[in-house]
Amino acid sequence: MIRYVMRAAALIALGGLAACAEEPTGGDRIVIDSDPFPSTYEPAASTPTAITGATLLDGLGGRIDDATILMSDGDIVAVGTDVAIPKGATVIDGSAQWVTPGIIDVHSHLGIYPSPGLAAHSEGNESTDPVTAEVWAEHSVWPQDPGFARALAGGVTAMQILPGSVNLFGGRSVTVKNVYARTVQGMKFPGAPHGLKMACGENPKYFYGTSRKRAPSTRMGNVAGYRAAWAEAADYKRDWDAYTAGAKNEPPKRDLELDTLKGVLDGDILVHMHCYRADEMAQILDMAEEFGYHVASFQHAVEAYKIADILAEHGTCSAMWADWWGFKIEAYDSIRENIPFVHAANACAIVHSDSSIGIQHLNQEAAKALADGNRVGLEIDKATAWIWLSANPAKSLGIFEATGSLEPGKDADVVLWSGDPFSSYTRAEKVFVDGAMLYDRNDPASWPVSDFELGQVGEGDAK
Amino acid sequence: MRLFAILIFALVFAGPTTAERLAITGGTIHTVGADGTIENGTVLIDGTTIRAVGAGLAVPDGYRVIDASGQIVTPGLMNSITTVGVREISLDEKGRDERLADAPISAAFDVAYGINPRATTVPTTRIEGVTRVGVAPVSTDTLFDGQGAVAHLGDAADIVVAARAFMVADMTDDGTKLAGGSRGGAWVYLKNALAEAADYDTNRARYMGGVHRDGLLSRIDLKALVPVVKGDTPLVLRLHQAADIRRAIALADERPNLRIVLYGAREGWMVADELAAAGLPVIANSMINLPSSFESLASTMQNVVRLDAAGVTVALAGDATGVIGGSHNARLVAQLAGVAVAHGMPWDAALAAVTVNPARILGIAAQYGSLEAGKDADVVIWDGDPFEVMSAPVAVIIRGTEVPLVSRQTKLRDRYLGLDPGDKPFAYKR
Repeated sequence: MIRYVMRAAALIALGGLAACAEEPTGGDRIVIDSDPFPSTYEPAASTPTAITGATLLDGLGGRIDDATILMSDGDIVAVGTDVAIPKGATVIDGSAQWVTPGIIDVHSHLGIYPSPGLAAHSEGNESTDPVTAEVWAEHSVWPQDPGFARALAGGVTAMQILPGSVNLFGGRSVTVKNVYARTVQGMKFPGAPHGLKMACGENPKYFYGTSRKRAPSTRMGNVAGYRAAWAEAADYKRDWDAYTAGAKNEPPKRDLELDTLKGVLDGDILVHMHCYRADEMAQILDMAEEFGYHVASFQHAVEAYKIADILAEHGTCSAMWADWWGFKIEAYDSIRENIPFVHAANACAIVHSDSSIGIQHLNQEAAKALADGNRVGLEIDKATAWIWLSANPAKSLGIFEATGSLEPGKDADVVLWSGDPFSSYTRAEKVFVDGAMLYDRNDPASWPVSDFELGQVGEGDAK
Repeated sequence: MRLFAILIFALVFAGPTTAERLAITGGTIHTVGADGTIENGTVLIDGTTIRAVGAGLAVPDGYRVIDASGQIVTPGLMNSITTVGVREISLDEKGRDERLADAPISAAFDVAYGINPRATTVPTTRIEGVTRVGVAPVSTDTLFDGQGAVAHLGDAADIVVAARAFMVADMTDDGTKLAGGSRGGAWVYLKNALAEAADYDTNRARYMGGVHRDGLLSRIDLKALVPVVKGDTPLVLRLHQAADIRRAIALADERPNLRIVLYGAREGWMVADELAAAGLPVIANSMINLPSSFESLASTMQNVVRLDAAGVTVALAGDATGVIGGSHNARLVAQLAGVAVAHGMPWDAALAAVTVNPARILGIAAQYGSLEAGKDADVVIWDGDPFEVMSAPVAVIIRGTEVPLVSRQTKLRDRYLGLDPGDKPFAYKR
């Protein structure tokens, strides 16, 4: 627990998220509380555990055969071929099996479009206005979504839950540990910064222009909508900065929408933008420079391969499918080699799901992309490809200090696979979140059952 | 010189249109037929059909030899419920022909008219080893979706193998909504439609004369249902709930002529033994395991595994409109097979579930589904186990003709590989 407080404090310091009450104290200035729904996550109980004899991919491009990984008190203690195992530790024979960092999905709608997919469960798009930067995905998340358990069985240990892509500004995302808890706060990744979901292209212009007969109805309308909001946010930030510096005595009127946008301009909130087309992404990068913020990632980025060099220059990640395409014209120029092409241009490549089914098979998605890239001459090994599933996702979410690779001192978010995870036939055997084994394929009693599935047909079945 | 240029042009752009004689030698052949798996076998192809399959076959003169040593040879795969060729882009009315909306017909809807043999999804699907597809109608406002077709994915002006090959009715929540909002409406409507079609068939003169006409369905829809009630055309019932599956079994008892196929069937495993006893085949998706509705609470990836183990004939397919399956990723049927194997289905059963089983279910098994003499020569040579996500075809032969492993996607790939346009913009590079 103490470890978590310290880790959270470190991350908060990194992200610049000051947590203070919104109350004037004496002559002090009002400071907006940037974390009013703080994480209450606590790791489940664990015992010191060593996995021995496994093929280990460290998530940074390294591979160690016949490796041992030792976990204790929620952290990774040691990784290597010569690891001393303390007396009393649980030892798992991992020979013929593989160990990787837990998969991190940067694009999930679990909890906000949960199962069952009822109309009342449609919680992902506040589709009443194209600019809803004031809404937070975590206020829509239903922690009892059965999908979290399915994703866990697929080796997913953390995820970003994003609002949908109907709005230009969809609202704040939330990053969670993939654990069941009674509250969303109990899932929230300690210290993880918020994200801001934005959307390019067809979705906003179709939903508002074609269906609602209001702006935006074109891509130029989209860009005008973003820029108008950023301009307003810049004013708001200037007012707050002047007030904070003492140049003004009255605090600006509080605006929840602009709080989020100001958070981006302050560098505290990371922008994740749904965008398919190369030309559009390039314009968004210019716009980000105009207003002085950084685009952490483009989501879907089906045409990222066309501008992978530009994306590399800007340090912007692309979160991609291996091969989903064609449902609309902006997704028409997909190639199966998108992910490895982005990687080969030294840009940040991420495998994402955007799907309650896809999230269960992200290792297979990486495998398809890897094989397709290598078939046209790229020489990427499996250890390197795992970067797309853990380290790059963690970096894009601002949680790489805590997770995303198998290094001593990091959270023990670890998957033991039945074999090579790039094989169709391999499944997650054991999944550890902060060192606690939260899923063991061979022990049905260890499988989580959400409140919704309790007492229903199929309760506790192998899913 | 000019003649040479024309010849080159013809070779490059016309593609191989005339089937040749081909011998595939040295591979491990999974015949999905009586001969099972043949190591170091040979497939002889003459024209559009397979002439012989076996070990140690002599290659006659005049055959082009494809050396498949160290590789895997299978029938071309089949995905039985897709929208390949009828959906260029799903979210634009101009790009889709798979569904009706506000139309005066329902069961009579014939999706075959919409199949475009030059759709981009034809090459993108076949170069992944899928050579046959069922093309399903997906209606939005009627219980009967309409009549599906079967197509091959070769390079041809007409790829329809069988038009009006199956009838689809949607008995899920989606479908029942269209019949008044509840199962009590949907099943009554379905049974009445079948009764009307049977009546129409035996009393056509009275229907034509307008004497006998107080039914719910129009004459054109009844006409489309006649082959269904006679048992000439399968009736594909989309449903999920175990209770609905039992209703389908009861319907099969009531009308023994019907060739009922269950599609979806997410709770099929709960009534697997009854399904096996009734002999009803199932088309299902091996990757669906979420309780997406109250009618599919017991969804599990074990579904297809348990159905197969119980002796039910299983075909693996995605959803007609789903991201896994549909038009653009109908090509992922091999991954569906891999996932089924990972969850316990025997490998050979999974291969049958993407070849001969869908062929039997949709009525084309006489021509396609196994590597046996006399069958259409749909053959794929793989660089590894076809169900491994990292494997890919190295050669695809459809009805005797090897197709180039080229699609619009591979052309985009080659254009941008290395991000080097040369002296001019990328538009000049191809």
